[in-house]
Amino acid sequence: MDKDIVIEIDNLKKKFGDQEVLKNMSLKLFNGENLVVLGKSGSGKSVLIKCIVRLLNYDEGTINVFGKDIRLLNKKELAEVRQKIGFLFQSGALYDSMTVKENLEFPLIRIKKNLTQKERNEKINEVLENVGLADALNKMPSQLSGGMRKRISLARTIVVDPMIMLYDEPTTGLDPVTSDEISVLINDVQKKYKTSSIIITHDIECARATANRIIMLQNGETFKEGKLEEFEKSDDKIIKSFFKS
Amino acid sequence: MGKVVDFAEKKSGDFGEKTIATTEKAGGFLTDVADFFIFLTNIANDTFSRGFEFKEFFRQCFQIGNKSLPLVTITGTIMGLVLTIQSRPVLVQFGAVTMLPGMVAISLIREMGPVITALICAGKIGSGMGAELGSMKVTEQIESMEVSATSPMKFLVVTRVWAATLMIPILIIYADAVGIMGSWAGANIKGDVSFVLYFSQAFSHVDFMDFLPAVIKSFFFGAVIGIVGCYKGYNAGRGTESVGKAANSAVVLASLLVIIVDMIAVQITDMLT
Ligand SMILES: Nc1ncnc2c1ncn2[C@@H]1O[C@H](COP(=O)(O)OP(=O)(O)OP(=O)(O)O)[C@@H](O)[C@H]1O
Ligand SMILES: [Mg+2]
Repeated sequence: MDKDIVIEIDNLKKKFGDQEVLKNMSLKLFNGENLVVLGKSGSGKSVLIKCIVRLLNYDEGTINVFGKDIRLLNKKELAEVRQKIGFLFQSGALYDSMTVKENLEFPLIRIKKNLTQKERNEKINEVLENVGLADALNKMPSQLSGGMRKRISLARTIVVDPMIMLYDEPTTGLDPVTSDEISVLINDVQKKYKTSSIIITHDIECARATANRIIMLQNGETFKEGKLEEFEKSDDKIIKSFFKS
Repeated sequence: MGKVVDFAEKKSGDFGEKTIATTEKAGGFLTDVADFFIFLTNIANDTFSRGFEFKEFFRQCFQIGNKSLPLVTITGTIMGLVLTIQSRPVLVQFGAVTMLPGMVAISLIREMGPVITALICAGKIGSGMGAELGSMKVTEQIESMEVSATSPMKFLVVTRVWAATLMIPILIIYADAVGIMGSWAGANIKGDVSFVLYFSQAFSHVDFMDFLPAVIKSFFFGAVIGIVGCYKGYNAGRGTESVGKAANSAVVLASLLVIIVDMIAVQITDMLT
């Protein structure tokens, strides 16, 4: 097994009832890279990354994370793998009943068990500063704007130093300025924490800013895979409609 | 001829489809029941596995008590008051008006207090849990907990179910108490009775075997409300409308089960005494 591959997906199939969402999906995520997954709405991008952390069970195919077939893991081993993966949900998924601080503490207490309260506070302040929201510490999620929520959930994801990041549409629904900030943050995270990331998006600016490599999904299959320039130069109609701006 | 065959085919097709739909529905019901039992086993397992979430448990206990206290106070008082005013004329007819405090106390403690309070709590707490967990499900918060390597079952469900199991009996005993005070107020409308006298009169008729079965069934009421509320919320579908559905069906099912549990409890008590 190649040491540089952190996630390897082979011939993944996933159905909901008789709707085939993923037909034959394969991808590799290499160590330290930002892999952007493009695809139109409803093409199964969220389903794909939920399968990686086994939030959804898949029908056929294999997913290896750090060389382990995640289907064969028991509860405890699965928890260990999940601890190394940061998952940014499309909707943010901040805990409504907790303050920003408690939201960030939640994974920290459970995953980094040996930190003292002081170290935890320092860590929380550090990531909040990284996302530019140090003063939101004691706010409730309902008091935050959409963009702030996205950034706080990004902070909550990176606070435990994951080795793999899965971003589900980190910039969708944000203004261009905030979107750019998020893209910069994603690159910062990659450099600072040496993470490997899958970034799901249909925001082409975000893809341009962050991608080392791009995979395009179409009808549940890999449609095209390659570097950003190859996509920019492509004559294909579907790819062009993504990259026209 | 062709037409007749067509017609027959169409009819039998209809019939076939209907049968399939019906069996699917029945199958759906059975899988629901199976789901529910799996849910119960998971609660049991997660209660006794390592790392009980005490902090969240106490928070839930406080929430349940705090949220329901005003409601339970009002309904409890009115229950006692109304029961007294209603029974008085009948007892006067039989010349048994001295029985009034005892009778009211017994019916409150045995039946009215537990059942009415449990139904109120099914509305308040059951729907609250259904809506809260339902919206957490819809907004991916439950999944988010899962990938933080925290069992949402343990953190959200086990704590809420045990908090309800513990707090609802307390609320019920409290409702009994304010109910008897309401009853005293009701008795006071027609002539002066001292509170102490009324209380001691009331309790001279109540013995331990009135109290014990009522308390035991209260724990079951609490458990039922907690379990149903969490089950409905935790298994809410996708999309915001399923939050409302979860809250609504939690109330309906919890209230129904409270009545059924009550019936079973009464049968068992009856057999044993
Ligand atoms: N839990 C589920 N149950 C049933 N169907 C589902 C479920 N999750 C996703 N689907 C279906 O799978 C398809 C793909 O959904 P998915 O959320 O992966 O799309 P997406 O590519 O992320 O789209 P978007 O860009 O809009 O987020 C959709 O048609 C959706 O209806
Ligand atoms: Mg999606």
